[in-house]
Amino acid sequence: MTINLYKTIGSFAENKDIAKQLRVEEIVPALDRGEEVTLDFTQVESTTQSFVHALISELIRDYGNEVLERIHFKNCNETVKKIIEIVADYMQQSD
Amino acid sequence: MKIHLPNSAFLGNIDPFLKSFDPSNKDELELTTNPKWFFVHPLILSMVAALGLLVGRSNIKCEKLESKSRHYLQRMGLFRFLGIESGIEVTEHEPAGRFIPLTRIKNSGELTRFITDMIPLLHVEPKQAESIRYIISELVRNVLEHAQDKNGAVVCAQYYKKSNTIGIGIVDTGLGIKRTINQSYSAEDDLEAIQLALTPGVTGTTKKEGGTELNAGAGLFFIKSIATINRNFFVIYSGNGMYKLLKSKSASRRVMLHADPFDDRHSKGIDFPFWQGTAVGISISLDNTPEFSMLLDLIRDIYSKAVKERKKLRYRKPKFV
Repeated sequence: MTINLYKTIGSFAENKDIAKQLRVEEIVPALDRGEEVTLDFTQVESTTQSFVHALISELIRDYGNEVLERIHFKNCNETVKKIIEIVADYMQQSD
Repeated sequence: MKIHLPNSAFLGNIDPFLKSFDPSNKDELELTTNPKWFFVHPLILSMVAALGLLVGRSNIKCEKLESKSRHYLQRMGLFRFLGIESGIEVTEHEPAGRFIPLTRIKNSGELTRFITDMIPLLHVEPKQAESIRYIISELVRNVLEHAQDKNGAVVCAQYYKKSNTIGIGIVDTGLGIKRTINQSYSAEDDLEAIQLALTPGVTGTTKKEGGTELNAGAGLFFIKSIATINRNFFVIYSGNGMYKLLKSKSASRRVMLHADPFDDRHSKGIDFPFWQGTAVGISISLDNTPEFSMLLDLIRDIYSKAVKERKKLRYRKPKFV
């Protein structure tokens, strides 16, 4: 399953309410069906740590670090990539 | 309450202004200004506007302003915001003079629209815009999620040609940091609460490492880090506490990020007049804006170290008997 983030969130991905909605309504059901999920960041210029946290932190907590093997982050620019890495780092270090 | 706009109050010299704020008589607001001229940071305008919203139009007293600087207040929308007569003939211009007039943001959708609309008004380069919209998004979301202020967040910003900086002020009159952080921690005073709020991985919503599904306790740390790397002032004022990140001294010296805000070059106080809520001001220099992605590398390193160190504090040593 591929989710085009720009279509939902625009070029600056900062609205964490929408991030949560995407997670709960699209990502989690896809993972539960055993699918892999591709988050396509094409045209997303930037994001915030809060947005990425709302999008993926609970997935790491609920499904374990292995969930990162099933989620693919596509066409991320340097900024987006680094913010995703920060969130993935601290979530994997957490309790 | 009484608030006085002095000749000059920017983040570097804001302490006397804050100390002069009189929070008594909470149902009224009396606004006075220096009679000749005044030149103030957007943080101060946002504070005045937030107090005005709190007391309501009919409870605001404002002397007739004679100073030429009153046009600045007019342009930034303060009189309109407070609903008071400015006595100034108005010639409306498009706000294309690199400023963002006072704006109230009450929900997530308004914030998204505000961020989309505001960046073109500041006429900044893309890499400079990246930090600005990041800061505004994270700070306003903090207000919307944690402050429980029915008036929302009050925001304004201004470009200063001489210093080539953009000043931003974001203010609420909600719960304040201590009450928010103490939902999970036990800060003894407002300054300790500010210290915790600026520490990576600390959020009032939980004590659990990694935060909750929506809060990680990273937002303010990121913003302080942006200010540190850019060698800018950053002020956070809540309750009786005030923390000010000072500019680093030498432009040639490598800037270090710290997890504990008290390890940064700063000033602080716990004897300021009580501010019900939180007021945040930041000045962003446009001269030497580093690439945002480079800044993120530094944040990643220090964040990771901070989490490891905090976990280590909870380790128990095996008992050998």
